[in-house]
Amino acid sequence: MASVIAVSPRAAEPTSTIAPRRRRRLLGAAAAATLPLVLGGCSLPTFYGYKGSTKQAHDEFLLYSGTTIAALVVGVLVAALIAWSVIRYRKRSDTIPRQFQYHIPLEITYTVVPVVIVLILFGFTVVTENRVDAVKADPATKVTVTAFQWGWRFDYPGNVSVTGLTTEDPDPVGLDGGQCAPAVDCLGPGLVVPAGRTTRITLVTKDVIHGFYVPQFNFSRYAQPGVTNVFDLTVQHSGVYRAQCTQLCGLYHSLMFFHVVALPPAQFQSWLSSQQGAATAASGSSSSTSNTKAAA
Amino acid sequence: MTVLAERPVAHEHEHDHEHHEGPSGILKWLTSTDHKLIGMSYMVTSLVMFFLAGIMGLLIRTQLTSPHNSFLSFQQFNALFTMHGSLMLYLFAGPFAFGGLANYILPLQVGAPDMAFPRLNALSYWLYLGGSVTMLLGFLVAGGAAAFGWVAYAPLSSVEFAPGSAPDLWILGIALTGFSAIFTAVNLVTTTFYLRAPGMTMFRLPIFTWNMLVTAILILIAFPILTAAMILLFADRHFGTHFYSVAGGGVPILYQNLFWFFGHPEVYILALPYFGIVSDVIPVFSRKPLFGYKGMVFATMSIAALSTGVWAHHMFTTGVVLLPFFSLLSLLIAVPTGIKFFNWIGTMWRGQLVFSTPMLFCIGFLFAFLMGGLTGVMLASPPIDFATHDTYFVVAHFHQVLFGTAVYGGFAGLYYWYPKFFGRMYRESLGKIHFWLLTVGFWVTFMPQYVLGLHGMPRRVASYPSGLGWQSLNVASTIGAYIIGLSFVFLLVNLWVSWRKPVPAGDNPWDAHTLEWFATSPPVHHNFERLPAIRSERPVWDYHHPDARTETHHNGHGHVTEAGVAEAGVGADAGDKA
Repeated sequence: MASVIAVSPRAAEPTSTIAPRRRRRLLGAAAAATLPLVLGGCSLPTFYGYKGSTKQAHDEFLLYSGTTIAALVVGVLVAALIAWSVIRYRKRSDTIPRQFQYHIPLEITYTVVPVVIVLILFGFTVVTENRVDAVKADPATKVTVTAFQWGWRFDYPGNVSVTGLTTEDPDPVGLDGGQCAPAVDCLGPGLVVPAGRTTRITLVTKDVIHGFYVPQFNFSRYAQPGVTNVFDLTVQHSGVYRAQCTQLCGLYHSLMFFHVVALPPAQFQSWLSSQQGAATAASGSSSSTSNTKAAA
Repeated sequence: MTVLAERPVAHEHEHDHEHHEGPSGILKWLTSTDHKLIGMSYMVTSLVMFFLAGIMGLLIRTQLTSPHNSFLSFQQFNALFTMHGSLMLYLFAGPFAFGGLANYILPLQVGAPDMAFPRLNALSYWLYLGGSVTMLLGFLVAGGAAAFGWVAYAPLSSVEFAPGSAPDLWILGIALTGFSAIFTAVNLVTTTFYLRAPGMTMFRLPIFTWNMLVTAILILIAFPILTAAMILLFADRHFGTHFYSVAGGGVPILYQNLFWFFGHPEVYILALPYFGIVSDVIPVFSRKPLFGYKGMVFATMSIAALSTGVWAHHMFTTGVVLLPFFSLLSLLIAVPTGIKFFNWIGTMWRGQLVFSTPMLFCIGFLFAFLMGGLTGVMLASPPIDFATHDTYFVVAHFHQVLFGTAVYGGFAGLYYWYPKFFGRMYRESLGKIHFWLLTVGFWVTFMPQYVLGLHGMPRRVASYPSGLGWQSLNVASTIGAYIIGLSFVFLLVNLWVSWRKPVPAGDNPWDAHTLEWFATSPPVHHNFERLPAIRSERPVWDYHHPDARTETHHNGHGHVTEAGVAEAGVGADAGDKA
């Protein structure tokens, strides 16, 4: 089995401080500190995006919003220049216009200025992607997510395993063990995590490529055959977050839903303990299916 | 500004050329090695593919008008978007440009009698036609056409997950059309390097030819990789190899690396020819030389060079990509693309703009590609890609880019060169209706898709749950798609009307700049009887406007090139009669 362990570069390095790394970190920290200042923090317009329900998602949102503002400025400027040319220089007479072709200072300007814009954007990109991909040394919970045709399995410590097959019926179990609502957010199996704490997700697939995507987390990652993907999610508030496979995975790709249920930490612990108790009570070798559903 | 029949050359030997030896009718079509006939065959075939793929797109959009729609089955839907993408990308956008327009126009623009290897050129077309038919045959076999997306990711495309013969037909279709592209590229490169007329130096090539040269080099870099990837996939499916299967010790991610090492240059293989068309059309309809000609050439080269180093930006979410490297190179592509934008604007600046249909399509291209390009810059940033990967945001982005280039640019070229192809004019009013309907349809179709993507609607889903507020945006998008479909009815009517009631166009109706407008419309066998002096990249303009040559200095009032001193055209009979 040719298996590649993929973690972010941050996580691969132990937390020692070598000189060049420290300099990079300082640069990164400076840029990270200015990021919210430059972008104006949480009051940024959303441009139809999600502000993000995880810590990582919020970093992404700041970058998205800031980049969109920059793109709008550039876009409006260029569109205005095109529109001005079209309106102002429409044909008015048969005289042949001046046949000029080069203006070197102008050409250098519109080469250099985009380079600067792109480099600034790249700086913010690197800072943000390092934050989004950072993996903590001591996550509160670890869950292994296995995608398959067509469904999801969530494995928790202590032999707790939740499997859900593809279905359009909402999961009946929601927060507090009550009815999950709204129903459209509760399709497919539920991935239960503690709110306000960091959950380490280890993402693998049993067959083809699938996409682990939670819109409100502003995040997706492939479940790629031969690759073990590891990332952290820190859901900030308890709630239900709809989620779905995004990478075409065959016939029932459209129905490969799941959702994330973030519980207050104490409630999450009691949920996990009860599941662990049930798993132990079940016959020794079998360690699965507390929440299995029929295929659609 | 229509200038009719200004061709000053006597036609003494025209009859010898029009009635050259050779078969006629269908036998002529089957056996001809004339680049103009092959180019026309390519254009007709690829337009048929475009219309087929467009109809598939309308079926896809119809399915998505309501949640849980049962208009199509999941299998039909997956097959349709697979074939929609495959036909549009492999069988329309590329072949229409490099097999159709370039095949017809490039030899004319460099003043050559034909392509360098005419028989290889004919082979290209027949491979392309064979490959296209092979791919389409998938609809007729048990189980229906291939349904793994136009990228055919392993292991979904393995024999385990995609059994049956349709995937094999798809793979063979790609391999055959891939060879046809490679042969055409060889022809384009060789023709540009070796068959230029006397005086046609590299820096006097029209930008369309420049862009086709760079495109052809990109084809030679990218398409062999695709063909190799397909052969490995075929071997995995049938000969028991394990290149892409984990169980056999293979690496599925290898497929993505190979595919996108083709796939990203492919995006520019599809875009650069259309940039070339726009760069030829805007100066003609602004009555000015292209602003920053040399900068344009270097921008094209930089785009091509960068495009070979950005493939993994399609793989940001696989978790096995060096994000900063691919992000930076992808972002940098915005720079040469921006240069092109400013050059196009600079060309229009202080011109005398005439809004005939080709020019309208170029303006439409500018706005469409601006929007697609800006969202492309956003997607080059991995965290933003994480949030939008495989959603309708990406669908909207690449449709705006590819529609902006291949459709706006492609039909700008079709209207622009139509008088050259047939010696008659299309109907301007019908062309303008086509443009305005297309433009309304374009923005109504794709803008809602950005919002859908940001709200989390994944691509390639045949149904979506109700209660998420996605339906109205999907309905809007579908209405837009039907408006696009309607606009093409006006194209077909236009072609029909101008065929039935011909209006002669003359050889140079646009007062254009480049050599193809010095030939007759349509050009005679082997293209030219004589050529004007070629002393700039606008030989035909120089010939007709000896007093309005390009200024050499940016502030040089009254400065003219050396060519301005020379007597234009007369006695520079470089036509090839051999």
